[in-house]
Amino acid sequence: MTTEALLRTPLHGEHVALGAKMVPFAGWEMPIHYPTGIVTEHRAVRGAAGLFDLSHMGELYLRGKGAGAAADRLVSSDIAGLEVGQARYGLLCNERGTIVDDVIVYRLEAETYLIVVNASNAAKDLEHVRRHLPGGVDLEDASLDTALIAVQGPRAAVILASVTDLEIREATIEDLAPFGVVAARVGGARAWVARTGYTGEDGFEVFLPAERAVGPWSRLLAAGGTLGLLPIGLGARDTLRLEARFSLYGNEIDETTDPIEAGLGWTCKLDKDFVGRDAIARAKEAGPKRRIAGLVVEGGVARHGHPVVHEGAEVGHVTSGTFGPTVGKNIALAYVPVALSKTGTALAVRIRDRDVPAKVIKTAFYKSRSAAAVRERFSGTAEQGEGAKG
Amino acid sequence: MSVPDDLRYSKEHEWVRLQGDVATIGITHFAQDQLGDVVFVELPSAGSSVRQFSSLGVVESVKAASDVYSPVSGEIVERNVKVIESPELVNSSPYEDGWLVKVKLADKADLDKLLTPDDYRSHIGETAPSGGD
Repeated sequence: MTTEALLRTPLHGEHVALGAKMVPFAGWEMPIHYPTGIVTEHRAVRGAAGLFDLSHMGELYLRGKGAGAAADRLVSSDIAGLEVGQARYGLLCNERGTIVDDVIVYRLEAETYLIVVNASNAAKDLEHVRRHLPGGVDLEDASLDTALIAVQGPRAAVILASVTDLEIREATIEDLAPFGVVAARVGGARAWVARTGYTGEDGFEVFLPAERAVGPWSRLLAAGGTLGLLPIGLGARDTLRLEARFSLYGNEIDETTDPIEAGLGWTCKLDKDFVGRDAIARAKEAGPKRRIAGLVVEGGVARHGHPVVHEGAEVGHVTSGTFGPTVGKNIALAYVPVALSKTGTALAVRIRDRDVPAKVIKTAFYKSRSAAAVRERFSGTAEQGEGAKG
Repeated sequence: MSVPDDLRYSKEHEWVRLQGDVATIGITHFAQDQLGDVVFVELPSAGSSVRQFSSLGVVESVKAASDVYSPVSGEIVERNVKVIESPELVNSSPYEDGWLVKVKLADKADLDKLLTPDDYRSHIGETAPSGGD
């Protein structure tokens, strides 16, 4: 263990006052759960709403005339196609075509782009972006000055709307399209509000100046209290994203995995130039040898690193596994040979020297009806990816 | 944290209730609180034998798997089928419905190697004996 001092978010005192269990995470001291516990928090997000402190995540701003072109060359997805007020999920890749990080890019203003990165990769990403940045584009690392609060769940929109003022007085945050982003006042503080997240539910992410974070956090907690909103720690954040089958950097994806085998080929616009494009195009043409598969495990909880077994032989490994509180099953993601990645394939996970039966299942373990209804309402007006950081 | 006065405890946070020569074993309130929501319990079947302070089974929470060590040596006479079906009993009722196994003691002297309620309270950082938390 390192004894290096952990960073604290501007909401640290709030978490402690709420009785959170604080743990080290990516150099930060973060709440893993509150006294309610992970399962209750998970269910609150699926059934009502949850409030997350994601201030540990990194925020990189690109500004200037060439900012859009620079972001488009750095990120795998179609950033050049973003209108002002739109966001998109994508990947930072290296020249070998493997994944440096997964990010969301927000076009806040005509020449202002915000790249939100994982806390665990923030320093590395800053270096990576700097290395590939053309002249004339201004790069600012605003990670320590920015607080990020997410409100996620079917009641997120109504709760956030009750404490948010938009510049157009008649407008409400409920009319923001998925993956839209807009300037607003939240709990009196100037903020960027985006309809993004990483829970599989409808929801929003609110970017605030760090010194103004406590007010909006408290206002949201109070406004959501009667509607079932709970504060949510990193534990439930992980079970929520896993049920929705979203990748987590360090588990499903890292610098040894390419987007094709990770099932993130849809984020790579291969008819444009971006860092890693040629290698990814080659990987796609050759076809992956292994692929991420979703498993339901009968009779044990699969965990990161457990071997996946087929007819007695180790054929892959689990990248993430847990009990999925909403699906009510033990679920996992795993790299397996492509031939064994088809839906219905019977495999096993080796848990404590015992081969526990597992079956490959299709797509997400859980799909939110309310999130689908929001997408339906805005279909045609906004376009988006399947996942977004949050 | 609740530490009942009629039990013996291990440093690994198991408890033992002795009735005749049968010891009922579970994990403490402190342990379940540290683990968080328990979602899976793996226990040996009746007839198998266990050794004091060696692995007895596994309790998994959403977060992680934790070994459970047997606080006594002997033969498993029963495992709690209800707790296998409903692992959350470990959280809601660690000293009653959430018990794990019953062991027929090989040697009652095993209990002398365990902690008294007061010892266990100070082990988990609680100085004053108290019935609840």
